[in-house]
Amino acid sequence: MLTIQGLTKSYQAHTALHPTDLTFEASRFSVLLGPSGAGKSTLLRCLNQLTVPTGGTVEVEGVGPIDTASKRHALRCMTGFVFQQHQLILRQTALANVLNGRLGCTPLWKSLLPWSRNDVTEALGCLERVGLLDFALIRAGRLSGGQQQRVGIARALAQKPRIILADEPVASLDPAKSEEILDLLLEICREDGICTVVSLHQVDLARKFADRIIALKDGRVVFDAPPSELSESALEEIYSSGGDVSSQPEEETGEDELAVLEAKAA
Amino acid sequence: MSETYEFTIGELRREYRASLAKAGLGMLAVGVCLAHSGLFDAQRLMEAGPALADLLGEMMPPDFSNWADWGMPLLDTLAMSVAGTFLAVCLSIPLGFLAAANASPHPVVHRLARGVLNFLRSVPELIMGIVFVAAVGFGALPGVLALGLHSVGMVGKFFAESVEHCDKRAVEAIRATGATPMQVMLHGMLPQVLPQMADIAVYRWEYNFRASTVMGMVGAGGIGFQLMGSLRLMQYQEVAALLLVMLVMVTLVDALGSWLRGKFV
Repeated sequence: MLTIQGLTKSYQAHTALHPTDLTFEASRFSVLLGPSGAGKSTLLRCLNQLTVPTGGTVEVEGVGPIDTASKRHALRCMTGFVFQQHQLILRQTALANVLNGRLGCTPLWKSLLPWSRNDVTEALGCLERVGLLDFALIRAGRLSGGQQQRVGIARALAQKPRIILADEPVASLDPAKSEEILDLLLEICREDGICTVVSLHQVDLARKFADRIIALKDGRVVFDAPPSELSESALEEIYSSGGDVSSQPEEETGEDELAVLEAKAA
Repeated sequence: MSETYEFTIGELRREYRASLAKAGLGMLAVGVCLAHSGLFDAQRLMEAGPALADLLGEMMPPDFSNWADWGMPLLDTLAMSVAGTFLAVCLSIPLGFLAAANASPHPVVHRLARGVLNFLRSVPELIMGIVFVAAVGFGALPGVLALGLHSVGMVGKFFAESVEHCDKRAVEAIRATGATPMQVMLHGMLPQVLPQMADIAVYRWEYNFRASTVMGMVGAGGIGFQLMGSLRLMQYQEVAALLLVMLVMVTLVDALGSWLRGKFV
């Protein structure tokens, strides 16, 4: 479904992602693990080109290598991205936020008109699927953190995606809510056959939900296997402080890592 | 321990003395300006009192006898302020986006748009009024054009600033759905800044109403034109009446404006 070859991202002297080859398949739930600053966010953002990679290729089934603006548009339209901080427009209703997911496949002139009955029906379907149908007309800013994340997922669903990328989708939620959100993502992955890549920092959640665990450390893949093979010694290896960890920027969330790196690059 | 105490107290004192020195310098600068503009000229100030009292005496009692002739000019003024603000908003939305660093297609365009806004803001509306009276003749039209163009300078700048302050993470999420740059602006940024834009527009309307009362003085129509006429004929009683009418109107417009702005959240 999604193949990367030699994908690299450097910010001047700092290399956030060393050349990486990976293949992600449909219907599979892959989890990216790794310490803060390991390059999880960078990898996810390079996958749908929110961050422009320094080198290497991203190739998608049915589109081919992403080397032009129109192919990048096609990739983004079929890729739902779920953010850690949901990144909704807080003063718009939940429904309006979900409808924004339909922008990619709507021409500009049409997006200036009110949404069609068909689009609204589909968006309501997405909200129903995440259990928020009754909250469709509530402003996103008035929903709880878990509900906002559900709206974020519904917005991704409204794209009718074939790929879902989720960057620490449960980092700001409590354990019970976290499991609910991951349950939902897994269910969507299985029912719709979506190629799903989720970054997490909780090892137990990764073990519970993943079909495949990919661990990153200092911008390199150091582990790539089913969760059953994730031994204590492998974990120690992943989370032990490596040589140049001290020189890594402090990272609380993927967002901050990116902000720091981009500030450095600017 | 006590060394740290002493050091910290010393630092505090130094900071205090430094800010005292800065405040002193500021006061000195203001004092020089006061002296330069003649505010310490006691004799002239003393003479001002009786002159003012004379003038005020001539204004009393206000003469409202021509009130029936003021309705149309008042309507002109009101229409001018609304039309001018509308013109300003129409021009400010595209210019505001071009002048916002995060929405502008290119840094050069961003600089250029900022330059245009600075220019429009720096030409006073009265000067624009005179220019447009020369260009399109007397009446409300030159007033509308002058108010509209001058307002773009400030309205466009404020629009640009509110666009720059919108939540960039939500904007990124719209970008991630495959939206084009134009759609990102219309669906990611505009909904976030719409309430601020409405607030700025109404605020500017209040200002433009006050400004349009003055526009009449350069021949651009409205109640200011009546005021100028009465002043020229030295009918100070009528001037007083007109000033009172304008005070009432400005108060009403301001009240309506702040009521409207309270609705945008």
